[in-house]
Amino acid sequence: MTGFEVEAIRQDFPIFSEKMNNKPLVYLDNAASTQKPRAVIDRVKQFYESEYATVNRGVYALGGAATEMVETVRKQVQEFIGARESSEIIFTRGTTESINLVAHAYGRKFLGAGDEIIISVIEHHSNIVPWQILCEEKGINLKVIPVNDKGELLLDAYEELISKRTKLVSIGHISNALGTINPLKVIIDRAHSVGAKVVVDGAQGAPHSNLNVMALDCDFYGFSGHKLFGPTGVGVLYGKKELLEKMDPFLGGGDMIKSVSMEKTEYADPPQKFEAGTPPIAQIIGMGAALKYITQIGMDAIVSYEQMLLKVALEALDEIEDINIIGTAENKASVISFLIGDIHPHDIGTVMDQEGIAIRAGHHCAQPTMRRFKVPATARASFSLYNTVEDIHALVRGIHKVKEIFQ
Amino acid sequence: MTALDRLYQEMILEHNRKPRNFKVLEKPTHISHGVNPLCGDDYYIFLTVEDGIIKDVGFKGVGCAISKSSASMMSTMIKNKPVKDVMEMKECFISRLTRETETPECDTILGNLTIFEGVKAFPVRVKCATLIWRALEDAILHQKKPKEDRVVTTE
Ligand SMILES: Cc1ncc(COP(=O)(O)O)c(C=O)c1O
Repeated sequence: MTGFEVEAIRQDFPIFSEKMNNKPLVYLDNAASTQKPRAVIDRVKQFYESEYATVNRGVYALGGAATEMVETVRKQVQEFIGARESSEIIFTRGTTESINLVAHAYGRKFLGAGDEIIISVIEHHSNIVPWQILCEEKGINLKVIPVNDKGELLLDAYEELISKRTKLVSIGHISNALGTINPLKVIIDRAHSVGAKVVVDGAQGAPHSNLNVMALDCDFYGFSGHKLFGPTGVGVLYGKKELLEKMDPFLGGGDMIKSVSMEKTEYADPPQKFEAGTPPIAQIIGMGAALKYITQIGMDAIVSYEQMLLKVALEALDEIEDINIIGTAENKASVISFLIGDIHPHDIGTVMDQEGIAIRAGHHCAQPTMRRFKVPATARASFSLYNTVEDIHALVRGIHKVKEIFQ
Repeated sequence: MTALDRLYQEMILEHNRKPRNFKVLEKPTHISHGVNPLCGDDYYIFLTVEDGIIKDVGFKGVGCAISKSSASMMSTMIKNKPVKDVMEMKECFISRLTRETETPECDTILGNLTIFEGVKAFPVRVKCATLIWRALEDAILHQKKPKEDRVVTTE
């Protein structure tokens, strides 16, 4: 790979000088959360050490500067995802809150009995449960797009589900359990043709694709800072301005109002309308440093490097007997869910852990996906920009070790 | 022996491969359902208790090597034993895995089950070994009739 110096990138991540169980750390749980580069850690530290104040109130210099920093990150996010205006960027606690915000502030206001919401069978629980709650409350029907055995959405079935009754389609950009990259544009355009709005769960999409929400034309897009090298406790909801303006507020409190009297409260304009309370200021600023870090390397370079790792890993696993890969979509991100014979994924995870390899074992908060593939759980290796071909060799050695123990 | 060797000892692996009493009882007097939702370990336990004696035991479900071998070894240890002794065994097993207190009096009660002490080095896996014992306890304490699905967990 030219222009992609993985060894230099690893130097940016202090965690890789640590050991796990006395072995060099092989971190393959990136779909769950990513490690943090020095640039993010230092930025947060600097903020707390010499720049800290809360936002939106202080008449003093520190407060004004902190407000400025947060608004700068809002602009950075706008550019990162290709939104028209920075006022379309709402800071949340993460993808989960972003989706709940839409369900609450848009769904409760604009959907009613007999309406339909379409999701897919391979969604993360955070793109299922908020809709179930809304459907239960309002008498809305939830429809589910099935997948084929590769884990690809069945667009024919989508075609049959969609109708004038469809008011909302909420779909993952990339499946965290299978790696499937969904054909968002097709899904969005079809939804718009019946007047439905589209929410995209971008928890996995934002860290692993060159995003342009205007080109996609999605109505909402949510993601988490901690999966793209930023701090936990912060995320984003993008929403089209005309929708945000019509929506009800989410939480009520400080910072989201123009004026409050005991008789009547006037809400602030978006995005503040949806940002009640003191925001996670240091986390927002840390996320800004993470976006800067990603942009410096370049999303295209990251995606093609991850695709190379995926290819190498799939070829390596293909050589091993009794490996069953769950999720073999043609269009797939660097996530590999697998089984080894009938060995339980938790036993795989424990053996790997002793080898210094961090993988995920479980249902990945996607129980309907597991049920669709008739497995209680899978082991999952997911790659990011700092993983190496050597990490894949370690994974292969780990798998052989598992087989040796359980043969 | 490495920690991993102490965890996955041959006896445990053997019970995992060939679990004993891995069956549904037709007419159990007691039943319970142990589930660790995060792990996906999920077992039903069935007991036939007559005159305070566990006459038959079966378990069925899915889970990791630790949970399955724990259930299998438990089933062989409790058969034809008085419920009172079995509850004592359960206390010994659970305190051996979850508490630091010395319990030398438990050594003879536990017998082969002391092999599960290797799990202590893996705190996230302790709940796998104890799940079936909590289900057993629940079956004995609460589940007189195999009617509604009561679920216990060690997560
Ligand atoms: C596809 C997907 N959606 C939603 C989430 C939830 O993200 P968070 O826990 O950061 O809110 C995740 C992360 O686990 C995910 O992978």
